[in-house]
Amino acid sequence: MDVTLPEETLLEMYWIMLLSRRLDERAWALHRQGKIAFHISAIGHEAAQVGAAYAIRRGYDWIAPYYRDLTLMLALGYTPREFMLSLMGKKGDPSSGGRQMPSHWSLKRANVISHSAPVATQTSHAAGIGLAIKLRGEDKVVITTVGEGSTSQGEWYEGVNWAAVHQLPVVFIIVNNLYAISVRQEQQMAVRNAADKALGLGLPGVSADGMDFLAMYQVMKEAVERARSGGGPTIVEAKVYRITPHSSDDDDRSYRPREEVEQFKQRDPLSLARQRLEKEGLLSAQKVAELEQRAKEVVEDAVRFGESAPYPDPEEAAYPVYAEEVRHA
Amino acid sequence: MPEMTLIEAIRQAMDEELARDERVFIVGEDVGKRGGVFRATQGLYEKYGPKRVIDSPLAELSIVGVGIGAALYGMRPICEIQFADFIHPAFNQIVNEAAKMCYRSNGEWTVPMVIRAPYGGGIGGGLYHSQSVESFFTHVPGLKVVIPSNPEDAKGLLKAAVRDPNPVLYFEPKKGYRLIKGEVPEGEYTIPLGKAKVSRPGQDLTLITYGMTHYYALKAAEMVAAEGIETEVIDLRTLLPIDKETILQSVKKTAKALIVHEDTLTGGYGAEIAAILAEHAFMDLDAPIKRLAGPDVPAVPFSHPMQDWFMPNAQKIAAAIRELAAF
Ligand SMILES: Cc1ncc(C[n+]2csc(CCOP(=O)(O)OP(=O)(O)O)c2C)c(N)n1
Ligand SMILES: [Mg+2]
Repeated sequence: MDVTLPEETLLEMYWIMLLSRRLDERAWALHRQGKIAFHISAIGHEAAQVGAAYAIRRGYDWIAPYYRDLTLMLALGYTPREFMLSLMGKKGDPSSGGRQMPSHWSLKRANVISHSAPVATQTSHAAGIGLAIKLRGEDKVVITTVGEGSTSQGEWYEGVNWAAVHQLPVVFIIVNNLYAISVRQEQQMAVRNAADKALGLGLPGVSADGMDFLAMYQVMKEAVERARSGGGPTIVEAKVYRITPHSSDDDDRSYRPREEVEQFKQRDPLSLARQRLEKEGLLSAQKVAELEQRAKEVVEDAVRFGESAPYPDPEEAAYPVYAEEVRHA
Repeated sequence: MPEMTLIEAIRQAMDEELARDERVFIVGEDVGKRGGVFRATQGLYEKYGPKRVIDSPLAELSIVGVGIGAALYGMRPICEIQFADFIHPAFNQIVNEAAKMCYRSNGEWTVPMVIRAPYGGGIGGGLYHSQSVESFFTHVPGLKVVIPSNPEDAKGLLKAAVRDPNPVLYFEPKKGYRLIKGEVPEGEYTIPLGKAKVSRPGQDLTLITYGMTHYYALKAAEMVAAEGIETEVIDLRTLLPIDKETILQSVKKTAKALIVHEDTLTGGYGAEIAAILAEHAFMDLDAPIKRLAGPDVPAVPFSHPMQDWFMPNAQKIAAAIRELAAF
């Protein structure tokens, strides 16, 4: 293996991808059963996220995520129980207390800032955090994620430009899954790689195979180290594929051929990771079965926990509009 | 007359306008093969091709900005903003460019353009798929703002908006897309912008509303009618320019006014109506003007109990009617 990571770390990375996948599948099932209103999936994106998470100092560095980052969030210590609270709009959801739609993250204890649904708004926040880190002379790094379609927003260019001009410690991850809902990359941008946009903004831009967790880790590691050591920002493009429809409200049959989806499933990041670790002798069929069993139990527990949790009281919606009212929340 | 849903009427209006005038084209996110995330443009890409139904990059500012440019050149763009909540990146183009073009060029340049956007909550969309944004734009002279409440009006108003020589914001109550059904006249017709409609006559009080809350208002009026309260309901249809005459005529008759909207209370559109009534109908009023609006929180929360707390509905409106009628 070309990446030197301890055996336990590699297995931990695999475990997080596996857990993310099983939780995600369960969310789709809950939606089909009419038990939740909405789900937006990370299936196909897990390797890119776990690769990014392990390249930073978790709990020390800062994160401005987007809605597909379930795996990243789990790697940062977000729990399956918390995810279920968010999916079900239950009291105690740490991201928003049931205010936001599921997968609109925030987790202060892990330095994850709250993001909204209007895409690319988090990009300039990441630049701002990078600016504050630089002003304070600290060695923290910010990573931020965004879909390739969302890099069409003026907001995105403005945020990256700031970081490039001021050489801020930010890694801008573009998660390129070829589609923004139904709109393909070619209708979104004239460059071949989303990372090529870096050329016009004056920072390095690198593309990584986001289906391979170690390839992603390696590219991220370099970018994060450059940022930490004062070398400035980088754009990292993770080439992935969204294996599911855009969200539980989408039907992807009208805009992409089934054969294409099947073809990308051949490169399912979870299977690729398993094959790779089996080849290294770190995983066996028996070990995988054990992990699967454990994932099943964790997911079961989370669902039970979510289902038995209370809803917020209606009146909670009145607060906290202003900081002085936080005590009511 | 055929019955159809609100969204079918909107689709039919666009279909007919695309067929009628080759300058008309549609631009927005996912409007092509996907037919829009709500399927408002379904089938139009197949019928008119990629030059008339254009999938834009994911960038609202340029959907509007490019629309303005094309309009200046003589086209008639229909811009779709996927959710009203995502119109804010385009605020600069709408408010500083589209709205001010005619005035600043002393009439040399005008912007005949429609911007369509689904608005409103009650669909589990949380803070960013539920917003009512009309009052940001009703404050801006140079724009027209239209909000239909039923299929017949939706079709006629949209066709009129496409033919209007000004920038028209056309907000669609998305919760009503498939919920609200109604008969639509056969053949060609338009409904003039700037004209409100008395959608239910009554003697006891006037209820002024628009869009989704109009649907609830009619239900509420029905409920209280059983108790002997006769509510006159006014559907504004166009918020800018506002039809003062219809409102004043009704309030002078009933002497009581209830204004209902889903958008939040403070600085909401109801404040303008209340001011018009206070200025021009003060002596005719038998009770203070009453407003029922969304509570002053930043947006509609996702979780059901909190969403319900926020949303107006027929019961809440009926309670407000009873209170006002008893004054
Ligand atoms: C400003 C804005 N406009 C439109 C939307 C609606 N929308 C949500 S996700 C999405 C597509 C995003 O595609 P991409 O950036 O490629 O990310 P992906 O979902 O593919 O991961 C769109 C159009 C939005 N959330 N924000
Ligand atoms: Mg994408």
